[in-house]
Amino acid sequence: MSTPAIEVSELTKRFGERTVVDRVSLSVAKGEIAGFLGPNGSGKTTTIRLMCGLLQPDGGSGRVLGHDILTERGAIKREVGYMTQKFSFYEDLTIEENLSFVAGLYQMRRRREVVRDTLKDLGLWTRRGQLAGSLSGGWKQRLALAACVMHKPRLLMLDEPTAGVDPKARRDFWDEIHRLAADGLTVLVSTHYMDEAERCHRINYISYGTLVAQGTVEEVVRDAGLTTVVVTGEATSEAANKLRGAEGVDQIAPFGNTLHVVGRDGEALRRTVARVAAETGTQVADAETSLEDVFIQLMGDARDNMS
Amino acid sequence: MSRWLSFARLWALLVKETIQMRRDRVTFAMMIGIPLVQLMLFGFAINTDPKELPAALVAPTQDRFTRAMVGALELTGYYRFVAPDATAAEAEEMISRGDVVFVVTVPSDFGKRVEKGDAPTILIEADATDPSAASGAISTLGTVAQQALQRETGNTSADPAALSVVVHKRYNPEGVTQYNIVPGLLGVILQLTMVMMTAMALTREIERGTMENLLSMPATPLEIMLGKVVPYLGVGAVQVVVVLAAARMIFAVPMMGSLSVILLGIFVFVLALVILGYLISTVARTQMQAMQLTFFFFLPSLMLSGFMFPYRGMPGWAQALGEIFPLTHFLRLIRSVMLKGADVHTVAQSLLALTVFVLMLSLAALMRFRRTLD
Repeated sequence: MSTPAIEVSELTKRFGERTVVDRVSLSVAKGEIAGFLGPNGSGKTTTIRLMCGLLQPDGGSGRVLGHDILTERGAIKREVGYMTQKFSFYEDLTIEENLSFVAGLYQMRRRREVVRDTLKDLGLWTRRGQLAGSLSGGWKQRLALAACVMHKPRLLMLDEPTAGVDPKARRDFWDEIHRLAADGLTVLVSTHYMDEAERCHRINYISYGTLVAQGTVEEVVRDAGLTTVVVTGEATSEAANKLRGAEGVDQIAPFGNTLHVVGRDGEALRRTVARVAAETGTQVADAETSLEDVFIQLMGDARDNMS
Repeated sequence: MSRWLSFARLWALLVKETIQMRRDRVTFAMMIGIPLVQLMLFGFAINTDPKELPAALVAPTQDRFTRAMVGALELTGYYRFVAPDATAAEAEEMISRGDVVFVVTVPSDFGKRVEKGDAPTILIEADATDPSAASGAISTLGTVAQQALQRETGNTSADPAALSVVVHKRYNPEGVTQYNIVPGLLGVILQLTMVMMTAMALTREIERGTMENLLSMPATPLEIMLGKVVPYLGVGAVQVVVVLAAARMIFAVPMMGSLSVILLGIFVFVLALVILGYLISTVARTQMQAMQLTFFFFLPSLMLSGFMFPYRGMPGWAQALGEIFPLTHFLRLIRSVMLKGADVHTVAQSLLALTVFVLMLSLAALMRFRRTLD
């Protein structure tokens, strides 16, 4: 196996008293689409910024594409494409002007042709004179992605790229990511959408600055060791009230007329749910534990560690 | 009443506004600090009737009459003889450079003439580039010198014809205020626009979030700084052409010195300004803060540089403070060259001072620049 695209260990970043990233170790293989998950404020953006040389870590070390993240920032910047969470191209420049600016900064040859090809691939050729600020959210995102891959990076880091984008545009975006990965590009993408996490080859879950789970989706779900049952019937809200805080029950989430009940201790959970179902006249069935159930469980655990 | 003005709603708005005001530390500090600093600074520093103006004395025969007169002139508080034994050439050099405001020339036959009772003459040359600065000193001159001489000779009988004082208002004999103000305005206009524009340029990137993207791409701090600064040099060039043309055509300000020296001075000055603006933008977090910092710098430099009030009229500490503003040096340079026809050697000191500003500010700006987002 060749050297990984990203290999960082014990990365730590503090802002004043607050430790935002706490000894995070991460490894991403070449050509892999790695999902980077975690709730808001968990340190995903900071970790990405540390890895692409935008922030100076307070501890830890690592290599990105074989370059040291502490000493070889310049090389990393040339070979990595980073798409920020917020649209950060110039809104008062046209689409074409933005792309030629980026092409110029990367000292690209045959700049005009590259920009023209990129515009045509994007389907923005006819709108190239339009100000970037006037584009819709979906188009801004496509423009940003195109600008990030124009210099043919070997690694792409995407920070919540699909926030505020409609489902169709999201689907198209992910198709594009898979196309790029098939060509050998490594992609690290942060998100908090579960369906997007499931499109990644491997996921890394970070919570309150610490990495709490990693592996394929199946591995993460299996390792969590959760049992899930579904309660259906007329009186699900009454059942929910009785189940809250009961023995073996960790999570209760209503989905329409059904109730998802999740717990770590399978036997205790089944016992409690069976009792409540009998009392309220509802039905119980086994269900698959979803990634979302796992994440909510992990979030709860991490918060317990904090306090 | 409650439809148009509810006290509960108004109160909520007032509380929110006060909290926001307090949170924005920079603004808050400026609201409290600036009036206080400026009151103390300008209240003590500004003086429209300057005293202790530096003067040179050209007196080949340093006899007792000369000494008596010089002593009396110093006693008025207006004159301070920094060069009590200068040659005519030295004195010319000093007034041209602006080291002295007056040159008092006592002819070699002065003593003889006094003793003979033959009407003696002295020549006072005053730097009139700033017409208001020297007027107080000039007005007291005749009487004081006459009285001193009378005391020395023991001749108490008032004899108005005894001493004739010839006053030469150099460089601006008609005392036209515009001659002094217009070249100065070039400096002030350049300072306001250049510093503010560049100060906003980089903060705009930070405020709009484009800085993160820019830093993630391979651009070096030097490239980013030059990229921000050079366009504004172009804007400055246009302003220079406009102001110089207006000075010539509308205000008829004389152009005694060479244009190339003026342009050289302007170039170094503008360079110092844009780099200062850039430095401000590495400190300020928002465009609003950049603007406030610019004004914080702008006001004292306007007051203490000698643009609005005579530089020589300020107390020593205020003059020393004035030296830290590029505008002070630029004003000396452009006034000397335009009005006095000074050459590049005469203004070398001002040019050097401006160059030092450029070097120090560039160094500070490059050090302050955050290569990362920390």
